[in-house]
Amino acid sequence: MKIIEVKDLGFKYAGTDFYAIKEVNFEIDEGEFVILAGKSGCGKTTLLRCLNGLIPHFYEGEFDGKVLIDGVDTRDCPPYILSQKAGMVFQNPDNQLFALSVEADIAFPLENLGLPREEIRDRVEWALRLLRIEELRNRSPFELSAGQKQKVAIASVLAMKPKILLLDEPTSSLDPVSAKNLIDVIIELNRRHGLTILISEHRLTHLIPHANKLAIMDKGKIIYFGEPRKILREDVLMYGVSIPRVVEVAREMEKINGCLPFKEIPLSVDEFLNNLRGALR
Amino acid sequence: MIRFESVEYIYPNGIKALDKIDLEINDGEIVAIMGENGAGKTTLIKHLNGLLKPTKGKVLIDGIDTRKVTVASLSKKVGIVFQNPDDMFFSENVWEEVAFALRNFGYDEATVKRRVENAVNFMDLVNYINKSPFTLSGGEKKRLALAIVLAWSPDIIALDEPTIGQDLLQKEKLLQVIKLLNSQGKTIIVSSHDVEFIADLKPRIILMKRGRIIADGDAEEIFLNEELLRSCNLLPPQLITLSKELKFIGVKPKLYSPRELATEIMAKLQR
Repeated sequence: MKIIEVKDLGFKYAGTDFYAIKEVNFEIDEGEFVILAGKSGCGKTTLLRCLNGLIPHFYEGEFDGKVLIDGVDTRDCPPYILSQKAGMVFQNPDNQLFALSVEADIAFPLENLGLPREEIRDRVEWALRLLRIEELRNRSPFELSAGQKQKVAIASVLAMKPKILLLDEPTSSLDPVSAKNLIDVIIELNRRHGLTILISEHRLTHLIPHANKLAIMDKGKIIYFGEPRKILREDVLMYGVSIPRVVEVAREMEKINGCLPFKEIPLSVDEFLNNLRGALR
Repeated sequence: MIRFESVEYIYPNGIKALDKIDLEINDGEIVAIMGENGAGKTTLIKHLNGLLKPTKGKVLIDGIDTRKVTVASLSKKVGIVFQNPDDMFFSENVWEEVAFALRNFGYDEATVKRRVENAVNFMDLVNYINKSPFTLSGGEKKRLALAIVLAWSPDIIALDEPTIGQDLLQKEKLLQVIKLLNSQGKTIIVSSHDVEFIADLKPRIILMKRGRIIADGDAEEIFLNEELLRSCNLLPPQLITLSKELKFIGVKPKLYSPRELATEIMAKLQR
């Protein structure tokens, strides 16, 4: 089932003289895990804003083509309805959190929707449990670590019960262990709860073994969109994408050997070792 | 030379951010300060130019006690590029932003012009000289912050989390800039938790945890110690993990580049 359909999408911010994204076409099925990569300034954030309706409802400009989220045209649907279909988590959680307690932060958008008290309480509990942050409920968001804040931001988005989670470089300010914890949580939301994930990231190492699709953008256009293993055989370094180091090793071995000594490009250390053992047999 | 002698720093809210720091950094070294968020990396860097003065102990820059001089006078020796460049911008355009510190140091206009030109050329900002710093992208702002410091050419350059939000090409450029400045004899101090970037730089690593230095050694030695890294919320570079798993074909655990490791594996396989 297609949950995101983007057709000939283009957008030019008001007051600028170039299209931030143009001629963008792709489809994502429900339950897919998609990584969006590319240089800083290539249009990733603009594309994500088009998927949750911030564009064209909040940012002004010239909008071409169309975006269907769960069958609904984003131009015909107000952002508060769209946010119950596609929730967005930003790079800097400080921009998303503001209440006195974690619980209140998660409950705020639900109160805005005018949901009954019990429903709000249930959803806050559900979101806290999903992110395993029940013990943070009474803390102030501002005394939390960066990794904890990002989990609270995700919980407050999930409490809207969206089918799609959009994440804009969510790990960029986290230390490696916190970043990996957050990625593990996102993978679990996809695997166990069937959420469709679209995440923009520079560091692909921990994400890529779990992704169905990889999209690479450059200068506002989508250059590659498809199976990660296939795309990583192309020359993607010029698009500013940090590919996992094990992929680089496999590609260097391919150069020395004349052809890839493995049956496929390994995406993780475990895959590399399995391939190597297979080749030795 | 940089010398920290039993430095302790307590913020006004009572949080002890540095605890018994003893450290020596020689001229011309490249040093990475690593550790989790909140370990004290930024606080340590702010002590280099006297922005923060030790609560106890002392910091000596080329023998000068930072408590006894102004930040302005130390800034000639030590330039800091902060994590969030927005905090340091205020001028109308990029050119004026780079020129500001130079004029403050009292250089004549001809020198200011020459130095600004060199710095914006070096950091690929020529096309932006008339733009407001606040309209630049995240990556461009980081380049501008570095250009400002390069313009007055201090002997010691400290970069606080320079790779956050940077794509691969920007990181490669940064790596080249750091190596080039170091080859000109500059001392470089980088705080980071980007292990892959630091693995490419292969500097001396100082590992911090809760305000203390818990390890000090070369990059390979530190990165091979997974237990130590994990205790600081860091993970080893992926190729360290892979090389450790490759003992069964006779590969030695080391800090390899992708090409070095590929060559090593192919040599073992052909045997």
